[in-house]
Amino acid sequence: MNFPILTSLILLPTIGALFLFFTKDKSESNLTAKYVALFTTVVNFLISIYLWISFDQSTSSFQFIEDRAWIDGFINYKVGIDGISILFIILTTFITPLCIISVNNSVKNRLRDFLIAILIMESFMIGVFCALDLVVFYLFFEAGLIPMFLIIGIWGGSKRVYSAFKFFLYTLLGSVLMLVAIISIYWITGTTDVVKLYELGIDVKYQNLLWLAFFSSFAVKTPMWPVHTWLPDAHVEAPTAGSVLLAAILLKMAGYGFIRFSLGLFPIASDVFTPLIYTLSVIAIIFTSLIALMQEDMKKLIAYSSVAHMGFVTLGIFTLQQQGIEGSIIQMISHGLVSAALFLTVGVIYDRMHSRLISTYGGLVSVIPKYSILFMLFALASLGLPGTSGFVGEFLILMGAFKDNFLVAVMASIGVILGAAYILWLYKRVVFGKLINEDLKKILDLNKSEYFILSCLAAPILFFGFYPDPLINTIEVSVTDLINMNTTNLASK
Amino acid sequence: MGNLNFILPEIFISLSIMFLLVLGVFKKESSKLIFNISLLVFLITCIITINETFSVSRETLFNKSVVIDSMSSLMKIITLIGGLLVLIISSSYLKIYKIYNIEYPVLILSSVLGMMVMISSNDLIVFYMGLELQSLALYVLATFNRDQLISSEAGLKYFVLSALSSGLLLYGCSLIYGFSGSTNFDIISNQLNYNDYVLTFGIVFILVGLAFKISAVPFHMWAPDVYEGSPTTVTLFFSIVPKIAALTVLIRFLYVPFLNLIEQWQMIIVFLSIASMVFGAVAAIGQTNIKRLIAYSSIGHIGYTLAGLTTVSNEGIQSSIIYISIYAIMNLAFFSCLLMLKRKDQYYENIDDLSGLSKNHPILSLSFLIILFSLAGIPPLAGFFAKFYIFKAVLEQSMYFLAIVGLLSTVVAAFYYLRIIKIMYFDNEKEKYDTDHSIALKFSLTISTILILTYFIFPSQLIEVVSRINII
Repeated sequence: MNFPILTSLILLPTIGALFLFFTKDKSESNLTAKYVALFTTVVNFLISIYLWISFDQSTSSFQFIEDRAWIDGFINYKVGIDGISILFIILTTFITPLCIISVNNSVKNRLRDFLIAILIMESFMIGVFCALDLVVFYLFFEAGLIPMFLIIGIWGGSKRVYSAFKFFLYTLLGSVLMLVAIISIYWITGTTDVVKLYELGIDVKYQNLLWLAFFSSFAVKTPMWPVHTWLPDAHVEAPTAGSVLLAAILLKMAGYGFIRFSLGLFPIASDVFTPLIYTLSVIAIIFTSLIALMQEDMKKLIAYSSVAHMGFVTLGIFTLQQQGIEGSIIQMISHGLVSAALFLTVGVIYDRMHSRLISTYGGLVSVIPKYSILFMLFALASLGLPGTSGFVGEFLILMGAFKDNFLVAVMASIGVILGAAYILWLYKRVVFGKLINEDLKKILDLNKSEYFILSCLAAPILFFGFYPDPLINTIEVSVTDLINMNTTNLASK
Repeated sequence: MGNLNFILPEIFISLSIMFLLVLGVFKKESSKLIFNISLLVFLITCIITINETFSVSRETLFNKSVVIDSMSSLMKIITLIGGLLVLIISSSYLKIYKIYNIEYPVLILSSVLGMMVMISSNDLIVFYMGLELQSLALYVLATFNRDQLISSEAGLKYFVLSALSSGLLLYGCSLIYGFSGSTNFDIISNQLNYNDYVLTFGIVFILVGLAFKISAVPFHMWAPDVYEGSPTTVTLFFSIVPKIAALTVLIRFLYVPFLNLIEQWQMIIVFLSIASMVFGAVAAIGQTNIKRLIAYSSIGHIGYTLAGLTTVSNEGIQSSIIYISIYAIMNLAFFSCLLMLKRKDQYYENIDDLSGLSKNHPILSLSFLIILFSLAGIPPLAGFFAKFYIFKAVLEQSMYFLAIVGLLSTVVAAFYYLRIIKIMYFDNEKEKYDTDHSIALKFSLTISTILILTYFIFPSQLIEVVSRINII
């Protein structure tokens, strides 16, 4: 493959952003800017679909590799994808255009700047999932902080400054230790190339500390209990499109990092620290589900549900079972779709009523039926009803967990019940009941663009719920190979 | 005697200084002319330096008291370019404060001359001569806005403290001379290979003096006051050019005469480095004046630069030099932004004056944003790579404590850079600032911001140049 398709995938949004930056748009609505951004992201989505079609599912080795000398004799710019990363790339390119369509309702001022930030963000996010060199990965991973900081800080709600700072500093603090670990890996092994590191392996005596350093970064980003507190703040204050990007893609970076780096590079340390991950995951699942039950703010509730769902993901990854890891990946994709959809549904009524409090609403079903149906679908997907993509992921994770550790699996299953409780209760309070608030009677049902976005999200949720094979086929070989590599490493300990 | 071509830049610059002084005395209203000639002098000296010395691997002159090697030529070029750029963007500021005098370019030239002597010195006396020349010029520069109380105060403070540190330095030099019987670095290096307490005193005195010049903690007290009080363009000069020269001398001291006494000075440098990084990050949080803030920020950055010197490896030295070069570009860009905060012949330098800048001046605030994120060391900007090289060198020597403290203090430092961004982007706007800036100012801001932003595309070029420097 001579054409640098991955690099163009990474660069295209940035080029779009540059184009936006240099074109002056006089009109109030900034319609041109929006079309340019939309066009760029849709083209990017089509490229990524082409990537998926031409992707060879029968091998676990990296494909579409580009390898260029970058920092002299030290680091190469290396990108490539395997079955795991391609799904995240498609998720990114799929969610971003939907975000851009959704902005005309939620972002009132400085639309052009907002679109630039989102496009640049997309570049960085795709970069994270493509990177096959630790330094390149770190670069994209950290660079994403800049646009997100601005998105929360400029276009966010009333407590936006606090949330933006908390988001930035928490994540930065987690990441600096990872940088120390990356440089140490270079001095230990002589390379930061992930593919070479898979072959070389890292000496056992360093693995535990290095694993912890990577963990400190990914745990904040996932987020795992007890470092999850930035997430509810960031989610609540960010504008809808920002929340969607955060929940759907940014959180997945960490899950992806756990699979690609923690499991891949430090198999022995991963085995050592599995109890830690189990404990934190189970606490996250049960504890944050309980917190979610008590929330009065809809966005906060969904934010806590994200923490709980990501708890399932980390649990599944470290079961080191085929089902567990596959389940985690599917759960991440599914959560990407579902949480994006939930934030957008909340965004829809927030744009109309300017309140995120559950108590403002009630009885919506009688005034906006279309909305209520879609909301129900997403709520059910969130609790993992069979027939939605949420079920596939959770089911596989629990299956993997039961194989590995019965007690943990039982406790995680309690979380499933709690998950059903908070989301159904939310749905009941918002959509059912009597229509008490007089203002709600004038509320309008979904307009065309909202209907389009939510249907776009509903379609894959249902499709992969009934027929998850395309996802599983894509990741299967890569996951099998990862597990084989892990078991051989553990056996040779 | 050797080949005088190697010190042609110094000879040319000193002759030019004398000529300019005479011209200034005899010709009335000659400020503009002298400014322009000085720019030309900088440019020509720079070209001479590149021509005559850039390809030289190592030459010595005057009984080995002056050394020309790849480090000295590179650092001289950086110093000259720094001086040139400072002078270019100074003029509009000086005109507004009615201090557009002939002395300004002449003083800058003579202080740069002093620095060039320092950079090339391979002898205690030559080194001290250069140091005093640059310091004397700097004292006057600090008080250049002499009608303002704060500027005179800054100059006086700087003079008193700097004289004290020079005294300590001189005392250290005399102790070293007493032990080795020579003032020449190479001979000292051969003589000093045994451990002695009094010798340690000599080293400590010299290090204290140099730490003062680069404002490393705990010898940083003068920096915030002097930075705040001096005219902004002089602050810019202070924050870049003398540091480059002093750093070069520090490298030369540590790795030529004191090379055999590593265990004596390594802990001192580690301490200076950690203290500067932590203090620079923490103390900047409470500042309200941008110039004071940048003083603390520069203290922090010096900490990172020193971290590279603790490693006793060529990679470490190279990473320090890369760091100080990138830092110089970032600071130049930062001050270019600062010099654009002008409204009706009045410059603004409080952080609150930046409030809502992004609404009225989107391009300026975007540059500010890029510079600040770069100073905070967030990838993919140049500031990240600077830190990256430093920590790469530090971790090669397994100095984990230093690396972790350094990186954690970047997180603290990120807070106050973010605070400026918050004020610019998240707060409500104030009155508009003037937009009629000189072309030179716009040019320097554009170029430096683009360099910071696109450094990641060609990171190898700078390394290639610097990797010729092999001291050990």
